[in-house]
Amino acid sequence: MKHQVSILLTAALSVMAIALALRAQAQAPTQTQSQPPQTQAPAQTPAPAAQEPAMAQPNPAAAAGTQVTVSATPAAIRQSGEDPEAVARGAAAYASAGCGSCHGAAARGTGTGPDLVRSPLVEDDTKGELIGPVLSQPHPKGGQKPDLTDQQISDIAAWLRVQVYGAAMRDTYQYLDIVVGDPQKGEAFFNGAGKCNTCHSVTGDLAGIGSKYAPPQLQGLWISGGANARFGRGGRGRFTANGGMLADTAPPNITPSTITITVTLADGQKFTGVPVSVDDFDVAFRDMSGAYHSFERHGEWPKIEIHNPLEAHWELLKHLTDDEMHNVTAYLVTLK
Amino acid sequence: MKLHRMVLGLIAIGAAAAILAHAQGGAGVTEAMLLNPPADSWPTLNGDYSARRFSKLKVINDTNVQFLSLDWEARVTGGTPADATPGMRLGNVRVAGSPLVVNGMVYFTANDNAWAMDARTGRVMWHWYRESLGNEPVTSNKGFGMYGNWLYFITRDNYLVSLDATSGAQRWIVPVADPKQYYFSTMAPIIIKNHVIVGTGGDSLDLSGFLQARDPETGEIQWTHYNTPRAGEPGFDTWPNEYAAAHGGGGAWVQGAYDPELNLYYYGTANPNPVYAPQSRAGDDLYTSSIIAVNPDTGKMAWYYQASPHDTHDWDAACDTVLIDGTIDGKPRKLLAQASRNGLFFVLDRTDGKEIVATPFVDNQNWFKGVDADGEPIVNLEKQPSLGGSLVWPNAGSATNWPPPSFSPMTGLFYVGEGEGYGVFYLTDTDEHPEGYAGIESALGEGPGAIKALDYRTGKVVWRHNWPEGGGAIGMLSTAGNLLFAGNNDKLIAFNSRTGKILWHAGLTGGPNAPITYMLDGKQHVFVFAGDTAYNFVLNISAPAPHAKKK
Repeated sequence: MKHQVSILLTAALSVMAIALALRAQAQAPTQTQSQPPQTQAPAQTPAPAAQEPAMAQPNPAAAAGTQVTVSATPAAIRQSGEDPEAVARGAAAYASAGCGSCHGAAARGTGTGPDLVRSPLVEDDTKGELIGPVLSQPHPKGGQKPDLTDQQISDIAAWLRVQVYGAAMRDTYQYLDIVVGDPQKGEAFFNGAGKCNTCHSVTGDLAGIGSKYAPPQLQGLWISGGANARFGRGGRGRFTANGGMLADTAPPNITPSTITITVTLADGQKFTGVPVSVDDFDVAFRDMSGAYHSFERHGEWPKIEIHNPLEAHWELLKHLTDDEMHNVTAYLVTLK
Repeated sequence: MKLHRMVLGLIAIGAAAAILAHAQGGAGVTEAMLLNPPADSWPTLNGDYSARRFSKLKVINDTNVQFLSLDWEARVTGGTPADATPGMRLGNVRVAGSPLVVNGMVYFTANDNAWAMDARTGRVMWHWYRESLGNEPVTSNKGFGMYGNWLYFITRDNYLVSLDATSGAQRWIVPVADPKQYYFSTMAPIIIKNHVIVGTGGDSLDLSGFLQARDPETGEIQWTHYNTPRAGEPGFDTWPNEYAAAHGGGGAWVQGAYDPELNLYYYGTANPNPVYAPQSRAGDDLYTSSIIAVNPDTGKMAWYYQASPHDTHDWDAACDTVLIDGTIDGKPRKLLAQASRNGLFFVLDRTDGKEIVATPFVDNQNWFKGVDADGEPIVNLEKQPSLGGSLVWPNAGSATNWPPPSFSPMTGLFYVGEGEGYGVFYLTDTDEHPEGYAGIESALGEGPGAIKALDYRTGKVVWRHNWPEGGGAIGMLSTAGNLLFAGNNDKLIAFNSRTGKILWHAGLTGGPNAPITYMLDGKQHVFVFAGDTAYNFVLNISAPAPHAKKK
């Protein structure tokens, strides 16, 4: 009887499912509708005019006479996909045609000429189709047609697009000179209030560290202890040591910064290793031989102890001042 | 035999109801439904206008949640079969925002994709896809708004799209902003009366973020509200000049909340631009990193509260603005609460924006110097980005973020997923006219996080659950069944919402988004996405058949 009911139920549900499926099919003849916008082809569709508050405005932040020195970095040129030679020629043509006297050396505008990096016309340009017509006609302000060849116009357009790209893409940014501290004070802090010398030695583990890393990397490494960069922890405190591949049986590489874990089972069995993952429900780790283990967690068991040698860094950074940080960095930079 | 007949009858009724539900799909979402969502729906991103993410359902509760079991799971693939280009591989999608559930259908988006799914079976009913023209690698489209039988969402390259909920057919698509100017969009539109409200932003290149109302039938602009003032407008004096204000950022990218009695729509604005460089925008830079109330009929601002005056750490106030009808000092009050990216918990009077609570919810921060006479945070300006680097807690990834918190009126607790961590903020563009981010943040230290349950009246931590690993911002749901649903790593977890005790968990294929819940065929469902996979949970105990009469 029970059986019969379930068969009937199944049959009825199947009919419903088929009906629904048929209906769905009728409604949506193509499951996947790859539709380019039908009402507008966006390439020809300017954004609503309301989004352009500043096209023709001079830039008061860059007062007349200010030398604008910033420009797109080599990484910006490389990543932008523009021809580097065209960009170099464009920079020269922009300068020689005198564009910078009003628009600024880096095209960010001055008191007399608008910012071209934030210009929608420049931003929307892909191959000179928008910039070209402006430059091949009398200048809107000067009345004269700029003395530029078609090649120069194309090159200037490429250079301008790189300026936009370099401002917008922050992975192309470069650190400036970050060594602003006092090395003597840094040394005093290292051996004094900072207690750095309780674990580290400038003739031991830190010998020559100033030659191994550029200052921004060095500063990041010393304050964090390399927490994210190389050892123990990833984003949001994630354990990244080794990984969960069962086939990976190499013994873990234990350094002074490595986070280790001790797991004690209810029967007294005890393991030490590096954590792969720990949450409220299970724990996974590699023991010192490289073997992988995982256990479910139930209440107190197994007992888990995490040993984080970088805890001292974490605590230090809650109170470290920027001056102290800069001073220690300036000191470590001298350890060549 | 008797049973047999009854079951058949039930099947007939069930089938008829199902067919009716589908036939009536045209009715869709009404204004009344948005004001008072029926139990068998989840008609807006956060379930209702209050953004509390609290459900009155209690079929699933703290006494039976251990029997919560998988009903079905379903995986979706993005893009098109022909689309083998990098950036949108098949299956490489993350459903970041909560889906809508209306008439037994689930509607959700992921970047350039949108789907409808049968809530009973997980069957994909239609899939819409369009390749983005933008160049921002945004991966967190928050989802749909729905009105009538029409769905609305904004693509990452800023096109507002209206789809037919039944067929997935595109009704219209209209540009909201130009992606070539580095505008990008992720906000789930909110429908208030006859306004489809969307926002846009993008902080790569010094734009002016704005909120816009569109006509639900035609997509035409009804009003535009810029989040930075134009010359002569209130707040303009917090910028050095018109140019800086007009390029001052302040996007709108998180869905806000709506109070129908006050007819005010609330939302948090994004950080100012240039992001890390302060030198060209001296002043408070209103109304960036602020909580704002606007009239949804006109776009006119009623009040503001700035969470991070003159922000230089990418601390958007673009986190949920949660409406609480509570009691302060014995008096009933209309409140608004936000756990903000700068690490502070705010409670405001939502009639006028006056501060009631402004207190850190993180264990560690080093920029907050108390509140001023207006109740706004006093910022330690020495922590602005600098050449040699400024060590700041929390970092730019922030104490919390857009994944939505939850407030339970039953417990009076505001639940937030938080992370501890610091970043070093470097200025890389010292020009007096910097552009873009103009600096680098090196987020070296991110500690594990916690769920904190805050007393909304004080911000005091009533309970906390420290994650052994992971954490940070987490999308949550609380229910009248004394439950709090939240995720950690690849697990969906149910807590006792009063005590923080873990009652249930399930391992998923990825980190869950914010769970939702609804009734369907007499059963309460808990629904969540992990990446590209939907999971639908129900109680696996012998409860009475949904349509059966009690004997």
